Amino acid sequence: MGEIFVLVEHRQGKIRDITYEMIGLGENLANQKRTSLTALLLGQDVKTMAEDLSSRVSKVLVVDDENLRNFNSVLYQQALSSLISKYQPILLLIGHSAFGMDLAPSLSIETDLPLVTDCIGLWFENEKLKAIRSIYGGKVNASVSLKESRGYIATIRPGVFAPKPVGEKKGAIIMEHSPLKGATDIKKFIEYIEAPITGEDITQAEILVSVGQGIGGPEHIPMFEELAKNLGGTIACSRPVVDRNWLPKERQVGISGKTVKPKIYIAIGISGAFQHVTAMQGSETIIAINKDPRAPIFSVADYGIVDDFKNVIPILKEKVKGQTL
Amino acid sequence: MNIVVCVKRVPKTAEADIFIEKDGKDIKKDNLVFALNDWDGYAVREAVALKEKFGGEVVVVSIGPEEAKEVLTRCLAMGADRALRIEEPPSSDACLIAQILSQAIKTQPFDLILTGVQAEDDGWGQVGVALAQILGLPHASIVNRIEIEDGKAKVKRELEGGLEELLEVKLPAVLTIQTGINEPKYVSLSAILEAEEKETKELGLEEIGVTHKEPLHTTIEQVSFPPVGKMAEILKGSPEEVVGQLTEIIKKKKG
Repeated sequence: MGEIFVLVEHRQGKIRDITYEMIGLGENLANQKRTSLTALLLGQDVKTMAEDLSSRVSKVLVVDDENLRNFNSVLYQQALSSLISKYQPILLLIGHSAFGMDLAPSLSIETDLPLVTDCIGLWFENEKLKAIRSIYGGKVNASVSLKESRGYIATIRPGVFAPKPVGEKKGAIIMEHSPLKGATDIKKFIEYIEAPITGEDITQAEILVSVGQGIGGPEHIPMFEELAKNLGGTIACSRPVVDRNWLPKERQVGISGKTVKPKIYIAIGISGAFQHVTAMQGSETIIAINKDPRAPIFSVADYGIVDDFKNVIPILKEKVKGQTL
Repeated sequence: MNIVVCVKRVPKTAEADIFIEKDGKDIKKDNLVFALNDWDGYAVREAVALKEKFGGEVVVVSIGPEEAKEVLTRCLAMGADRALRIEEPPSSDACLIAQILSQAIKTQPFDLILTGVQAEDDGWGQVGVALAQILGLPHASIVNRIEIEDGKAKVKRELEGGLEELLEVKLPAVLTIQTGINEPKYVSLSAILEAEEKETKELGLEEIGVTHKEPLHTTIEQVSFPPVGKMAEILKGSPEEVVGQLTEIIKKKKG
């Protein structure tokens, strides 16, 4: 029987957390199917990473090629489709990340392997793969069945599955001959652009007053800034607020923004999309203010107020003013 | 520069009460408000901005029921030139949608195809990149800046943690557009009224050569409300009382 493959996600010389989470999931699935788990490592000079992985999986397949140093979906896809036809894995796990979203859908079409994306649950039932996906902005879960196939591709939501820690395994490291025939001029990686370092660093704040689309418009921002100031905290926000230019990008809490762990996180008008929640659930105390009692934010918050912020914030703002909290 | 933009009409569920259909396979939609998928709005504005710079035309394509005409009209009001509505298959998945779109787009002249990164409702994040592969075109996903020069698109992709990636893609190509790439603009009523005069071409599936009308990879078996994990302790009382409790909590937790 074919094995289960995990595509290692790495960037700037470092393995990304989603890789270990996929290894955790992949190991359970491999046990279920009585097969083994193999990590696919594509890159250049990746010996250290291969050794790290070999303590967690039974086999690491390495393709070392200068054209795989930085992620390029065209070249990654070439290498992967060649490995898939050689080894016929029953399942390939890829992260549902900027990396995986650029790769999995086209790879699925090329290899004719069914794809299910953004999985928060995954298992085999008889010969078919089944998945749980979170849809309608997290309000509903869908159980999805895939059509019967010799193999599958699934992309996995980051932050959902428990990561596989460094283990005692002594997995084999196998060097694969690179199937690439040089670089490509269809799609070229040029460079990484780091986020500019600017004024206030929200990752350092002890109290964050974080606002979402639910505040309705930029006219309310000064009130929240004042509340943050009165509390001795800092203002932050979710993605839609940045998209609408109500606050600058440096204030954004989320997968594509910053990950924060303040003592107190007050989420106002934030529904609680996973991209946001993943980046703030490490806060010591989470308070959510939202008029929708079913907003997903209430299942991560410790305390909640179900009301329009306009009824609560002005009172709170004045009450904490000048107080030594 | 001719640009095709793929758009979707989606139910807006963010602030709505959600109920599940009797057959358990989807949510009830009759009481929901539908509108243009947020990501697709950014894609349409980006296409119109590129057209204003380089000339050419913007064609918007949607697979959907008759009501999808409303979102296409909105796209026309935003500056698109032509609209195509393709008949909706009885059931579908992301792969089938990409196949159908490829059949419809093949007949159009284009240098660039834009889609949203994903749809607000089913969130596959799959159609644009799959479409590129079916059409044999290069792609870049999660794009938040586009510059066109010498038959190439120089694009920025949004990665995690504030990092971005600059890359070059040869045209024609498919780009999936991230929110925030441009600023939402007010669409006036008169623009919408004017757009209603523009033609939306209606195409049947067989007309564009689609014979397979069933999902290709995935089927939704059941939907359910997510298990309620640890729920927040909801503070009760008048706003004054609630604020009183909240202040105590903040005092205590700040340590």
